[in-house]
Order: sequence, then structure tokens, then C-alpha cells
Amino acid sequence: MFSRAYRTAITVPPLVWVAVFLLVPYLLMFCYSFWSVSESGTIVHSWNLENYKELFAKPVYWQTLLRSMWIAARVMFFSMLLGYPLAYFLSFHAGARKDLYYQLVIIPLWVSYLVRAYAWKTILGTDGVLNTLLQYVHLTSHPLDFLLYSPFAVVLTLTHIYTPFTFLPIYASLEHIPRNLVEASHDLGATPAQTFWRVIFPLSIPGVLAGATFAFVLSLGDFLAPLLLGGPSGIMISNIVVSLFGAAYNWPLGAAISLCMLALVLALIFFSERLEKKWSFQ
Amino acid sequence: MSTTTELAGEKTSHEQGSNPLLSIRKVAKHFGKNIVLRDISLEIAEGEFLTILGESGSGKTTLLRILAGFEQSTSGEVWMQGERLDTQPPYRRRVNTVFQSYALFPHMTVEQNVGYGLAIAKRPAAEIDARVSEALAKVKMSAYAKSKPSKISGGQQQRIALARALVNRPRLLLLDEPLSALDANLRRQMQVELKALQREVGITFIFVTHDQEEAMVMSDRIALLRSGELEQVASPREIYNRPATSYTAQFIGHTNLLRADVRQGTAACGALQWPTSLPDGAALFSLRPECIRPALAAAINPATVRFRAQIRDQVFHGATELLRVESDGGLILTIRTASRELSRGPLEFEFSTADAIPVRPTSLGSNSGSNSDTKDGR
Amino acid sequence: MNHPAHHGSHWLTAHALAVFAFLYLPIVILILYSFNGQGVGGFPPRDLTLNWYRILFNDGPIWDSVVNSLLVAAAAMVIALLFGIPAALALDRANFPGKALFRRLVLLPLILPGIITGLSLLMLFRVTEVKLSLVTIILGHGTALISVATTEVFAGLQKLNRAQEEASLDLGATYWQTFWRITVPNLKLSIIGAALLIFTLSLDEIAVSFFLIGRDNTLPLEIWGRLRRGITPEINAISTIIFMFSLIAIVFWYRLRTRAEVTPELVAELVEPAGNR
Repeated sequence: MFSRAYRTAITVPPLVWVAVFLLVPYLLMFCYSFWSVSESGTIVHSWNLENYKELFAKPVYWQTLLRSMWIAARVMFFSMLLGYPLAYFLSFHAGARKDLYYQLVIIPLWVSYLVRAYAWKTILGTDGVLNTLLQYVHLTSHPLDFLLYSPFAVVLTLTHIYTPFTFLPIYASLEHIPRNLVEASHDLGATPAQTFWRVIFPLSIPGVLAGATFAFVLSLGDFLAPLLLGGPSGIMISNIVVSLFGAAYNWPLGAAISLCMLALVLALIFFSERLEKKWSFQ
Repeated sequence: MSTTTELAGEKTSHEQGSNPLLSIRKVAKHFGKNIVLRDISLEIAEGEFLTILGESGSGKTTLLRILAGFEQSTSGEVWMQGERLDTQPPYRRRVNTVFQSYALFPHMTVEQNVGYGLAIAKRPAAEIDARVSEALAKVKMSAYAKSKPSKISGGQQQRIALARALVNRPRLLLLDEPLSALDANLRRQMQVELKALQREVGITFIFVTHDQEEAMVMSDRIALLRSGELEQVASPREIYNRPATSYTAQFIGHTNLLRADVRQGTAACGALQWPTSLPDGAALFSLRPECIRPALAAAINPATVRFRAQIRDQVFHGATELLRVESDGGLILTIRTASRELSRGPLEFEFSTADAIPVRPTSLGSNSGSNSDTKDGR
Repeated sequence: MNHPAHHGSHWLTAHALAVFAFLYLPIVILILYSFNGQGVGGFPPRDLTLNWYRILFNDGPIWDSVVNSLLVAAAAMVIALLFGIPAALALDRANFPGKALFRRLVLLPLILPGIITGLSLLMLFRVTEVKLSLVTIILGHGTALISVATTEVFAGLQKLNRAQEEASLDLGATYWQTFWRITVPNLKLSIIGAALLIFTLSLDEIAVSFFLIGRDNTLPLEIWGRLRRGITPEINAISTIIFMFSLIAIVFWYRLRTRAEVTPELVAELVEPAGNR
């Protein structure tokens, strides 16, 4: 029903922009990963697999990757632990205040990542709020070291940041569940607990998968929290990439790692979506 | 309770009185300032098919939900067979519901849906299989046992919802306008099937609808609800032939409402007069359109009232037609006759005096002298 | 449902409260300590003071970066809307080869870690020998935030009743007239909401900006630089201010979004002009 001119006008400009600023850059990254850097610091455009060989040869790379995945997994787990019951509470128990609570949850979501990471940095330090509080109430006699500059700090901060991210899709899928299904389940003799496991939870799985993927993928690629709070033991794969584009100056290698990350992330998204489709019944 | 003679197929009143399954005592429901149900008291017999009939906003769904356990009454009690029902949560009541939107679980097959209540009750697998097959056969859906709800039609989903409720052998089955989403033909078919099914399983059905025709077809008794109050509770024949109020007369079927003055045993409405035993004063009478017929015999029968009228409108309805006539005295009446050619000039019509039924005025009733455009369900 | 309450809901409420506390306490502490005379850390806070705010207001580089951030946000907003709105329309109503890939690409920056978006663009600028500056940051933000514009407007389009546009065409309006008189006004609230969100996100953006920065800093990067050198309570003060602005912006956005429903009165108002040829 729309004219040719109309359709061209709405399709071409975004297509061009996306091609130039999204597609081409990814392709460039792909190309870079096969190039290498010379002694004098220029990029040599010879095609080889050196970078990838290095990735698999040197333990530091895949060890860091595994550590990053482990951190991301913990963030995913904890933010689900926090986010799911919260979403359930809002959807089924909040009544008239549902809207207000929803706003309260999304506000932290959009308030500067930096502000929130910084807040934790000030709280967790040896002179920080938490340590001095613990000593003030005599729960500890000296500052706890592990609070800051550790994987613990990174997991804690990222959980804080990504809990609203997991909340959103779970809440959306819970809201989609028709309330008469819950009533029908009760009507047929199931208690609220039985109703949750047999009816509500299965129908919320697409939201759970989406939220889990979000949290995992975004945590995996995070480099700011480790820089601020991770210390030497909390370095993640993206930090390595950042230094390769900075002081360590090896763009091709950095591109190779980035490409691997991109491939991993895309694979996760792909599988997650397949599973989501399998579990959506609408 | 009525004591009129009943035809075969309807429960006798003595059966209704002897073992009430459900006793609703002075149940009221407020939502803040909004009073949805006022002082509802009703006894329902075992094995009865009772319809709660009412317009939207009458409170019928609320009443049903109170019986199911999804709402708490503000005051009053509900008892079932000697035990208090309304203090129990829905999952402990021996009551099952067929929802208006069916509420089938989308992530389970038809079989799993139907067997849900039995699985919750931890019945052995063999028993569940047997009872589920039996239930599916009863609603003629055995072929769809392994299908998912999204793959079957609305009418089929409705049968599954029915099977899912019945398989648990509840004491009481509640049906919340289950046929309202079906098209007219399927609806009529299901009405007959539901009635037969209820006969077969012998479970007490409480059926909610706004469609008065549906209520008449299916019920042993109709409880007419208006603005949260019971207007009349009686068998379909009783409620049609002897409506208690003007609202009942207008809501169920069509009627002419005649405003008459009674003086010493005679009711007079315009040029029409007939004997009545009502006291002097203003009175309201219900006269069904099918009770008025073109006068045939020339002789005057004392038990009939005759009048002359001009046909103003003639609407063809297939087997019958509705005539809008204006009498010599200016009274507008609606008449239902078998379809035929009638002359345009003034004609003689008559009705039996016994057909003018005195009714109590309902405060929210119409103001015109005659009202024949009753709502056919809203 | 009004059945008698069960113990589960008490635990649930407690859990919800705990999560809200977890989400908000750090920010509350931050704000609290921005007034703390002793600076960050230490407990309990004492010496209530506005000192840090005073220092903040005299801090030149911070305000330069604020101006930069505002410029970038405004420009990024324009780009994101300029390309995001047509993208949403295209996804909704046009069919073309590569549509599936296009949809994927447009929405990818939403879920990809910022480092990938940032680095890939960096490589583009390197290869095309574009110097890094505020312009490159604008291009980066714009690209990343097109996805936000597209999702918001696409959602708004779903709520739009197709019949309205058909009615407009039926009454004699051309496609372009219909677009401006019917489609756009219906999308007004979605567009404004998207604009607000994009602006706010751009102000806070750091991951992509990190790689595209030239000589001039945006506010987050300025703060970041100082953080690397050490913590000063001044940062608490600016963080508090950022939080306040974001709070207002998001609440406003949310109100707009929930109002983006087409009411019958709105329909009547829109169809009328189309009828007056």
C-alpha cells in the first residue's frame, strides 16, 4: 500500500548508514585480525593466521577468557537470583503500586554506569564506607582486603549494574501470562507454589533466557569495572584488548581477540534465541 | 420455589427443596464505594442446572468468582453440604470452573491440560490416563489428545476446558459465559450438548450468561440478577409466563407493558378494559406479543379483550412477524403473528384476559406506555 | 486474587525490599558523602558541607566537558532519529533483500558490549584516516543509539492502527500527506520518548567513547581520567548532579511512554484535517 518512492526513502538512508558504520567496521575488524604489526609499529597488510595461533598458544589469553566467562556466569547467576523474584513480586503481588515500583527499578538502569561503578569503588575500599562501618560496629578489627581490587568487586559491581537488565525481559514475560491461567490452576487444585512451578515459570522461560543472555554477554565484554575495581586478579579479556589498542600496540591481535569475542557473543545470542522460540507458546 | 406443574424433563420442585448442595446466605460484595452484590441468598439443589442471568454489570460474574474462590465476599456466607465454603482457597474447594476465555495452558498438550487437576492430586498414572481418555471421549475430542491448545479452534478449546473441569468430578461446576465467543450455530449446538452432558454426569451446573434465550434453553431454574440483586428465581417456563416484575418481563422475551388504572375490579388502559383482582390504583401489566392475535370470530368472548388498531409497522422475522400497531385510543402495541398478508386498514385484535400478567414495577424500568424492544442480551 | 495470604508472599516482599536497597544504597551513600566534610570513605559521615560542590563549580575542565557532552548528545540524538525512524518504518512496512540482516545489524549495538562497537568504528576511522575528535564520538553514539530509536518507534508503530492510514488515503490524502498528518503525529510521543532516552544515554556513554576520543573530553571521560589519578569527593558531587538529571529525565520519559496510546479523541482530531481537501 505504500508507494515506491516512500519505501525507497525509508529504506535507503538507514541501510547506507548501517552499512557504512556497522557492517564495514566489522568487516575491517575481520581483516585486521589477519594482519600483523611490524617492529616499527606500522600495520602490515599481509594475510596470515599468526594472531589466531598466538591466541591458542599463549595461555594468558584463553585463561583470561575463561576467567572472564566465569565472572560473567556469576554475574548472570546473581542478577537472575535478584531479578527474577523481584519481577515476580512486581507482576503478581504489587497490585496498584506496580507502575511505581517499575519506575523505581528502571531508574538505576539508566543512571550512569560510571556513577554506579564509582560508588562501589568508594564503598569497598580499605578506607571505604563498608570497611569503616564494619570496624565501627566492631564486626572486624581491620579492613578487609578482598572487597576491592578483586574479582569479587567486579562481580558485585556488575551484578548491581545488570540486575535491572535481567529484570526487564523477565518482567515482560511474566506480565504476558494471562491471569486466568493462574486462576485456572488454582481452580484445579494447585497451590500457589505448584502453580508457580507448573504454569508460571515455564511460561516465563523466554524472558529468563533473554535476561541471562544480556547479563552474560554484557559482563563478558566489560572492561570498565575491571579497570576500576578489578585489580591484577580481576583482569578480563576486554582489558587485554584495550591494552592491545593502547600501550601494547598490536591492533591485529586485538582485532583477533575482539573477533573471537564477537563470534562467541553472536553464537550465544543465536542459541538463546533458538531456545526462546522453543519455549514460547503464544 | 414454584409449585406449578412441570413437564417431563424438568426437575420437580420437591427435588429442589430436599437436598440443597449449595447455600448462598446474604452474600454482598463491595469494591470500595461500588456495591456489586447486595444481599444474595439462594439455595441450589444437587444435580440442578441453574443459570445466573443478567446484563453486564449485574454482578453475575462476581457472584460466580466468589463461588469459585477468586473473590472474597464483603459479607455473607456460602455453605456447601454442611461445610463452610467461602473460607477456603480455590484449590481446596470441590468446585471447578470453565472460564470464558478457556484459560488452557499453552505449554501443555490437550491431554496434559485435562489431566492437570488429577496430576496435582497425585493420582496414579494409570488412573489419570483412563480418566483423561474418558473425559476427552465425552466431549468428542479424543483425536486431539496430543495437540497443543494453539493449534485447535475456539469451539474445540471450549470442549477441552469443559473436559479439564469435569474430569475432576467436582461437586459443583461453574461456567462463566463459556459459549459467548462462539458463532451462532456452534453456540446452539453446544447448548444442546452441554445440557445433555449435564444430564449424563449428574453434576450441579451453575451457568452464567447474558443471553436470555440461552438461559431458557438450558436451565432447570433461572436466577435473574439485576444491579446486584436477585430479581426472580424460577424455572424458565415460570419466569416467562409469570414474570414478577416489569424488568423480568422485558428482559426475558419481548413484552408490552400496559399502565392501567384499577377501579373496582376492572383494569383500564386507554380503550382496553379487563377484570382483575388487584386493589384500586395504578398497576402495571405485562402482555406478551404472541398473546395478541387478529380477532377471528365475530362473536364476543367475555374472556377476551378486543380492540381496533392500525398497523404502523410490519417486520418480517421468518416464521413470524412483528407488527407495531396503534389502537384507536392511541396505544402502541407489539404483536407477534405467523407471517401472513394483512390488509393495511384498521383491524380487530384480541387477547385473553388471563394473558395480562400483573407485574411489580422495577424502579429503573421504561417510561413509555408500551415497550417491545427488549434487549436480546447485552 | 483474594484468597488468604500465604507465607511465601512475605519472603517475596522482603526479597524485593532487599533488592531495592541493593540497587539504591550505593547511590544514596554517594550522594550522602558528597556532603561529607571528611571526603569519601570513613564512617559515619560528619561535617556536613557544600565544599565539594563549591570546588566543582570552579572546576573549568569539568564544565568544558559538560558542554562537549551536551553538544555530542544533541548531535547524536539528531543522527539517531534521522536514521532510526526510517529504519523502524522500513522494518515495519517494507520488504527488501537483506532485511533480516539489516534488522540484526541495527539492533546489534544494543546487546553487544560497547568495546566491540567502539573498536570496530576506531578501525574504520583509522583506515579512512579520520582524526579522532568530538565528531567521531558523535558518529559512534549516533550509530549505537540508532537501535534505541528504532526499537522505540517500532513499538509505537505497532500501536498505530493501520486503518487510520488507510482511512486517510481513502479520503484523498497522498502517501506523503498521510505520513505527515497521520503517522508522525501518532508517533509523536514515541519519538519524543526516544529522543529523551537517546540524549540521556549519550550523556552517560563511556564504553564506545573510550576508543573514539580525540582532544576534547566528554563528561564521563573527564571523570574517568580523574578516577585513574585518584578519588576526590568532587566526583561525588558531580555524580550526584548527574544522578539527579538522569532521574528527572527517565521519569519524564516513562510518563511519556505510557501515554503513547492512541485515544479515540486523538483519532478524531487527526482524521478531520485529512478530510478537508
